[in-house]
Amino acid sequence: MSSLSPPAKKIWWNEPIHKSELLWISLVFVWGLVMTFMMPYWHVVGKQNLGTETYKTTPKEFQASAQAFVDKYQVRTEGPKNFPVVAPPAGGDVYMIARLWDWWPILELKKGETYRFHLSSLDWQHGFSLQPANINIQVVPNYEHVFTLTPNASGEYSVICNEYCGIGHHLMIGKILVVD
Amino acid sequence: MANNIFRTCPDTGLKFHGPAENLMKANAVAAVVFLLVGGMYGLFVGLTRWQAVHLLGAEDFYMVLTLHGINVLIFWMIFFEIAVLYFCSSALLGCRLATPRWAWLGFALMVIGAVMNNVIVLQGSSSVMMTSYVPLEAHPLFYLSLILFAVGALIGCFVFFGTLVIAKAEKTYEGSLPLVTFGAVTAAIIAVFTIVSGAIILLPTFLWSVGLVGEIDVLAYRLIWWAFGHSSQQINVAAHVSVWYAIVAIMFGAKPLSEKVSRTAFLMYILFLQLASVHHLLVDPGVSSNFKMFNTSYAMYLAVMASMVHGLTVPGSMEAAQRARGHTAGLFTWLRKAPWGNPTFSGMFISLVGFGFLGGITGVVMGAEQINILVHNTLYVPGHFHATVVLGSTLAFMAMSYWLVPLLFRRELIWKGLARWQPYLFGLGMSGVALFLMGAGTLGVPRRHWDIGFAGTGGVIHEFPAAAYTMLALNGMSVILAVVGGAAFCLIMVGTILFGKKLGDQPMAEPCIVAPVTEEEYNANGGSAYAIPGTLVLAMVFFVSFALYYFINWKYLAETWGIG
Repeated sequence: MSSLSPPAKKIWWNEPIHKSELLWISLVFVWGLVMTFMMPYWHVVGKQNLGTETYKTTPKEFQASAQAFVDKYQVRTEGPKNFPVVAPPAGGDVYMIARLWDWWPILELKKGETYRFHLSSLDWQHGFSLQPANINIQVVPNYEHVFTLTPNASGEYSVICNEYCGIGHHLMIGKILVVD
Repeated sequence: MANNIFRTCPDTGLKFHGPAENLMKANAVAAVVFLLVGGMYGLFVGLTRWQAVHLLGAEDFYMVLTLHGINVLIFWMIFFEIAVLYFCSSALLGCRLATPRWAWLGFALMVIGAVMNNVIVLQGSSSVMMTSYVPLEAHPLFYLSLILFAVGALIGCFVFFGTLVIAKAEKTYEGSLPLVTFGAVTAAIIAVFTIVSGAIILLPTFLWSVGLVGEIDVLAYRLIWWAFGHSSQQINVAAHVSVWYAIVAIMFGAKPLSEKVSRTAFLMYILFLQLASVHHLLVDPGVSSNFKMFNTSYAMYLAVMASMVHGLTVPGSMEAAQRARGHTAGLFTWLRKAPWGNPTFSGMFISLVGFGFLGGITGVVMGAEQINILVHNTLYVPGHFHATVVLGSTLAFMAMSYWLVPLLFRRELIWKGLARWQPYLFGLGMSGVALFLMGAGTLGVPRRHWDIGFAGTGGVIHEFPAAAYTMLALNGMSVILAVVGGAAFCLIMVGTILFGKKLGDQPMAEPCIVAPVTEEEYNANGGSAYAIPGTLVLAMVFFVSFALYYFINWKYLAETWGIG
């Protein structure tokens, strides 16, 4: 008898389990429970739990909200495309548009303050990848994803696209500035 | 029926059904061809990511990346798995294959679909990556080619099920199915679920691409596409675990430690693996945390548990068989005395270790709801699945081929010296690919990205640490090693089929299968062969690595911005 031929006993589910197997199965099962427990545990004690608040939207609607946000809090323009730099009040709402192939606008945030981000795409799917903080969030059209971010260090951060979005994918880069 | 010819293999004693044998050969050859094609595309990808070489332009890179993924992740795998299904049903049960004509129709559809897909992507209008996320649109024939391939594969699955029914009805075997066939059944059941999910999402997407459907909901697409995309990789897992069991049976005459444990672990794949497709949606909008936690833990990590059980019982059953045959000294004599120069064994063992340590641990860690924020869509993800699918499945299938292809074609393996080294070369190269891609991903390098130097953005760049560039260069070098190893495999296979010394009805010079270990042998030393101290030590090393790496990642997560 080997694994290539029928088992010695037709009723294989009554066979005894070997001690070594039982030991391992018990260990692995407990480990599974530990890993399962870690996720809700982190929701209670951890500070990194991505919010799931989501609204149906349209590219037009979302663009209008983002434009209103920029008009209200723009402080200057920056970069080769003269993108608005927007400094929203601490704790306020923040809009960021993903589109072929920009992140718009540039944000200026305060370290240690919590902001409510609104994120959506005007066209295809994109990937919000905040570097070097290494926070990665999927961005899709027609859905507005709302979550909070709290910068923990000042500096210049990049927003890279990490969902393939056509031939200009690698050109899609935005900025978030964090000041003390 | 004239074509229902059986022959008894002089080497293994297996009864091969002529039409089944031809179908196995055809599927195995097609598999190797698409591996070669897809592997070559992989070389271009690796050499472009290596920033100092940066071989292809952006447009070609995205096209070649699309081709690489589809050819190796889908075509090579599924063609080989159809061959495995026919082997596990017809050959292992000594039964005629159900409806060979339908099987050929399935094969033809798969070939048409696969060729059509390559042609349409090469025309340049369908560089949409394997995932083809809407509303990014490919040529309608892109979706149609995948649908044709899937229908062909589905026919293959039903021919397999039909063969099992015939074997049962015609009593070609006694008692229950062999474990290896049992594992193949779970692979085929998961395949049916996978292909149906694929049909549910690709059919409307095809209709959308020709203008008959107005809009495809983006989140619904992602949910259902991953029920197809992730599950297709679970077919590979179930299939390559079956191959592991087959190889330890072939090389050592091993039987499972206990049938109950190994079979239950296979059943758990069917019950829980599909839930895992949700771990692709952990940072998506519109999916609740409860839904994410339940599914990503596969309902308390029960499918992970199944893989960890196989991870113990495969080497455990080998240890038991080796100990029963007299390799009882110390902890690891059974392992040291294994045929490390035989590519069937070395390939299988590297596959087992690589899948577990590099692929398994990282997959579970990045599948935790919150940790996923750190790695989603970075190069870490391709790093992980190169360990599971390439080091795990592909290398296991290569190992199986070294044994099966000479038997099917009745030809002696050529270039045995090269074959001896091939699993090590490929295994080393692919381990490098997995590790360095994961390293780059940890540093934030995005996947599917042509240029992390950001040329052409008018000076707006992100400065990745120098280590990221080093990782990509080391990845490029590892890719070269792996491609040389992969090409060596393809050449050995094609060369064996075309030029190998004909064996005729004579058995090979060296026996290619070990007689099953008997109950008397297992019980010779008071049943002590079943105590598997060596495997338990290896398992504990695995467990400690797993736990350490798991908690280190929670620590990394705690260091980033607050996210709520």
